[in-house]
Amino acid sequence: MSTTLADEKARTEALKKIEAEKPRLEFGGAWEYAPAPESKDHVRLEKRYGLFVGGEFVAPRSKKYFETINPATEEVLAEVAEGNAADIDAAVRAAEEAYEKRWRKLSPAQRGKYIYRIARLLQEKSRELAVLESMNGGKPIKESRDVDVPLAVAHFFYHAGWSDKLDYAFPRHRVSPIGVCGQIIPWNFPLLMAAWKIAPALACGNTIVLKPAETTPLTSLHLAKICQEADLPPGVVNIVPGAGETGAHLVNHPRVRKIAFTGSTDVGKIIQRSIAGTAKRLTLELGGKAANIIFEDAPLDQAVEGIINGIYFNQGHVCCAGSRLLVQESVATAVLGKLSDRIATLRLGDPLDKNTDVGAINSKMQLEKIRELVACGVEEGAEIHQSACAIPSRGFWFPPTFFTGVAQSHRIAREEIFGPVLAVMTFRTPEEAVEKANNIPYGLSAGVWTDKGSKIFQITSKMKAGVIWANTFNKFDPSSPFGGYKESGFGREGGVHGLRAYVELS
Amino acid sequence: MLDRPRDSALEVRKTYKLYVGGEFIRTESGRYDPVYAAARPGKGRSASAQRRAPSAQRLSAGAQRPLLANISRGSRKDLREAVRKARAAQPGWASKSAYLKGQILYRMAEMLEGRAPSLAKLLKESHGLSPAAAQREVRATIDRLVHYAGWSDKYGAILGTVNPVASSYFDFSVPEPVGVVGIVAPETPDLLGLVSHLAPVVVSGNAAVVLLSETFPLPALEFAEVLATSDLPGGVANLLSGHKEELVPHLARHMDVLAIADAGGDAALSKTIASDAAVNVKRVKRYDVSDYFAEKAQGLDFIEAFTEIKTTWHPIGV
Repeated sequence: MSTTLADEKARTEALKKIEAEKPRLEFGGAWEYAPAPESKDHVRLEKRYGLFVGGEFVAPRSKKYFETINPATEEVLAEVAEGNAADIDAAVRAAEEAYEKRWRKLSPAQRGKYIYRIARLLQEKSRELAVLESMNGGKPIKESRDVDVPLAVAHFFYHAGWSDKLDYAFPRHRVSPIGVCGQIIPWNFPLLMAAWKIAPALACGNTIVLKPAETTPLTSLHLAKICQEADLPPGVVNIVPGAGETGAHLVNHPRVRKIAFTGSTDVGKIIQRSIAGTAKRLTLELGGKAANIIFEDAPLDQAVEGIINGIYFNQGHVCCAGSRLLVQESVATAVLGKLSDRIATLRLGDPLDKNTDVGAINSKMQLEKIRELVACGVEEGAEIHQSACAIPSRGFWFPPTFFTGVAQSHRIAREEIFGPVLAVMTFRTPEEAVEKANNIPYGLSAGVWTDKGSKIFQITSKMKAGVIWANTFNKFDPSSPFGGYKESGFGREGGVHGLRAYVELS
Repeated sequence: MLDRPRDSALEVRKTYKLYVGGEFIRTESGRYDPVYAAARPGKGRSASAQRRAPSAQRLSAGAQRPLLANISRGSRKDLREAVRKARAAQPGWASKSAYLKGQILYRMAEMLEGRAPSLAKLLKESHGLSPAAAQREVRATIDRLVHYAGWSDKYGAILGTVNPVASSYFDFSVPEPVGVVGIVAPETPDLLGLVSHLAPVVVSGNAAVVLLSETFPLPALEFAEVLATSDLPGGVANLLSGHKEELVPHLARHMDVLAIADAGGDAALSKTIASDAAVNVKRVKRYDVSDYFAEKAQGLDFIEAFTEIKTTWHPIGV
């Protein structure tokens, strides 16, 4: 028999009782953490950034600039040019010219050497980029330093080597580039997403117009400087910041041959519809609502760390976040007790502090969306559990949160919150776990925790998700294909499979 | 009817029905379309003329040509039923071993061999193909089934990878079926075209809902008998005759159809499919195959288009 909402409610009552009676952990008071902020003085921040078109930073034809801020302090970091239709057109023409005159004529091996150069320059500037990423996006420095930037470097390194080996990836086919690629990336991993898009496109011989997200344009623009320093031929990479409208101009530009989009499922559907009937190629990496399944035979302490990493990594601004926790009933109380203790120890605050676990929410708009869905969870009758951590007075913040007493039909169990909010449900049998995990239109990622290897394969083979982590979560690698089933999009990024999105086969 | 026997034995005619969930059913709508013999046996109409306006041709055909059959004109409700059956059958089919799936596809070729004469006869009567051309299409269809039968336990080895990640994990990617796939079959060649798209979709564990050639539905409806006797589980392949313009939008918008093979060759319908597919982010693969008899009209690419790559990170440790 499956667990019901009544079971979930009963467990919530039991948990509340345990929480009320047990001695509170006093980490905050017992050990004072001295502030350990990463210094900002190494970041060569400019007051104003133009569009990167044809190898130069240029003033926008739109004549418009927008302010980009630090979400942890609400301070303005810089002014950034906003691209309009004419700017997109100029960028596409620059990319087209670079494709026809330079890039497609270059030998694949030489093409690869440019990409290696970019990888090396990223490594040289990794500290500056990590700090800038945390300043502009709000993510903890330990993540931008140890995850975002090194992975971005790895993506360039990995794909550089593919440039002259594409024939091996597609046997029996003649492989050629597509042409000008329009790429639209989100704000959760700004530099890393730029790398995921740019590296394979360049390796396959295409040229690029990239639109970074409106709240996080700075590391993409610094990547543009790296392209200059690498002497990448002008126009091969063009970067045009802006909001949704700028992206729409890029999607609808008639000379763009391929669109690669990472972002919400709603916008992905609009893009899919708007290019219907054209010859444009499309890959989509969209939303998710991953199930993280904890079996009773899992190493529980390790699993709790996996739950934490799954949902609170990057403030939950992760499309593949483990935002639905499915715990086997027999260990649910134990796991939730540990989880409740663990979130109390997470340190929320200054993203540049090396001890920070949870940084700032990326934008005011996103904070409002999180608040709305959390309020909805409470209203629908789920029980909220929240860290009592101190919230800074300025900036956008949301404490680590989880809900128990959740029904599968609740909005918090179905919709992507894209914040540090976990919906907990339970199950009795493996079949029930799989059914609940798959009972969602998304299918990006999932997690399975058990000590039994054969059980891992049995469960993962039944899950409808593109990436499945066993006894771990949120691991990425340029050699490992990433992408979703169902409404989480189509196409893969990374690995041999990721190349398919950027080549023309005949 | 053609070939009316001269002796006293009156021919027992076949009722052509939809093939849904492993059963031969009449359309719930009670509607029918008359199918007439080709105008001049021995000379088929050009493919492009057939693609343009199948419905108009059917109307004008009626006047002089002999009636071959009244077939079911499938409805939206029939389509929904077919998707329901396909969805129910798909996980069981996907869980069959690759070896068994290959044997079942090979069995289809065996069953088609046994029906080769009657299918060739239908191709002659309904298209006006010459005996040699009809024979050629049936032979090519049998070969196509044998081709895909052999892929069942091989495509995974070629499309899958072990990924050398820079951390302590065994990381591998395998192709899996997408789920329920809609197929808009080409108008012609109707039999070879149908099998050229159906076989690569089902060999990887998908279930299919097919909108058949509207101009020449009879050979495909007869082919359903091959499916029914091949040990392919009911519901894995569902064949619907009907009007594409009416049914295609419902197929493209159905939330349980996860991908579409669009080989209908109609630009306006293709645009509808591409646009409506966004409702649930369907994967759409549009085909414009100029020669279905060519070797390029088969192979791994046709299978790959309806697979999903799943990547699993398995820990290495003690």
